[in-house]
Amino acid sequence: MSQEWTIEAIVAATFPLLVVLTVLELWGGLVLDGSKAVLTRYPSLLTLVPGIIAVAGNLGSVLASRLSTAFHLGTLSFDPADDALVGNAAATFALAGTLFPAVGAGAWLARYALGDAALSLVTVVFVATASGLLLAVVAVAIATTATYAAFRLRLDPDDVVVPVVTTTCDVLGVVVFLLVVGATV
Amino acid sequence: MLRAVGRFRQNPRLPSGFFPGRCVQSAMGIRAVAEDAYREAFGILVLSAVASIFSGVVLGGMEEELTIVPGLLTLVPALLATRGSVYGSLGARLATGLHQGLVDPALRIPDRRVRSAILAAMLNGVVISGFAAVAGYAIRYGLDLPVAPLSALLVVALVAGVLSGLGLTFVVIVTVFVGYRRGLNPDALAGPVVTTTGDVIGIATMLAGARIAIQAGVV
Repeated sequence: MSQEWTIEAIVAATFPLLVVLTVLELWGGLVLDGSKAVLTRYPSLLTLVPGIIAVAGNLGSVLASRLSTAFHLGTLSFDPADDALVGNAAATFALAGTLFPAVGAGAWLARYALGDAALSLVTVVFVATASGLLLAVVAVAIATTATYAAFRLRLDPDDVVVPVVTTTCDVLGVVVFLLVVGATV
Repeated sequence: MLRAVGRFRQNPRLPSGFFPGRCVQSAMGIRAVAEDAYREAFGILVLSAVASIFSGVVLGGMEEELTIVPGLLTLVPALLATRGSVYGSLGARLATGLHQGLVDPALRIPDRRVRSAILAAMLNGVVISGFAAVAGYAIRYGLDLPVAPLSALLVVALVAGVLSGLGLTFVVIVTVFVGYRRGLNPDALAGPVVTTTGDVIGIATMLAGARIAIQAGVV
């Protein structure tokens, strides 16, 4: 990190990326807003939104960060049977499989406590879990592709992969969630 | 551009003292890698999942505001994501400064260096919120989708930008400085703190902004 702590230097270094991030996230917001009717009709689903985005983005960023490090340490090869690759992918599925049902149950419980649980517990947990497992597939595919692309383009994966994967998982988190909602509710 | 990208080197969502690959040694089997990855990520993910349910509860109670201010929901992911980046990087910067001895962890009027870091983060956070409102309005207007007047979206975004900036700056400084004085690694604190409080503060301040815009009659 640079030694320069002037307002100009910090803003100049971060602002362009924030603009790119905002434009990408606005696309996710647009998709979300397109389903406003169903989300406001069922507050349990609206309650799930921050959780889906947070957990999806974090899953992607943890995986990307680990793959980048394994790549730097030279322990990663882009082989479908590679230990680091398969092990991290398996952990991503296991994390998604444990955390998303918990987020679903937590969101349902919170709405139930507030007295407006319009959907059943099973439906909300199902929506969260199905979105989570699909998102794990997406996170693995994107993190692997981005790390591989960084390797081919001779970019430092730490610089590129984490922000790209985190943002993409945020946006696709919304898209996948709404697809599942559309198919279920 | 590469330098600019370098600023994001420290993933704001993860504590930087968290060495993602410290156990990824050559001769590990798939199972060992998977168990290690699971154990390492579980804590931070549970923390962010729990916090996100709180922000979800606030968002779930916003049906009325979301209906009165069309286009507000479009801004939600962008405002939350930029919050995490801006104040996560403020925390990472302060942590680095503490490690380098450039920053004094005293809770008083900050010195020039810390003041610049805070002002830069606030400026980034507020201006990017305004940008999100303008861009979100332009996109919805361009696509012929229902959208509140630009002034209403700007009021929401700027009120949320300023209030959440003040709140998150306070939270980041207090946890990083107090943690450091108690012998904790500030790098490991900044990430989880922003991850857990960022969304709640972000959504609560958007709700405040929406109520102010509705009260002021700009919608």
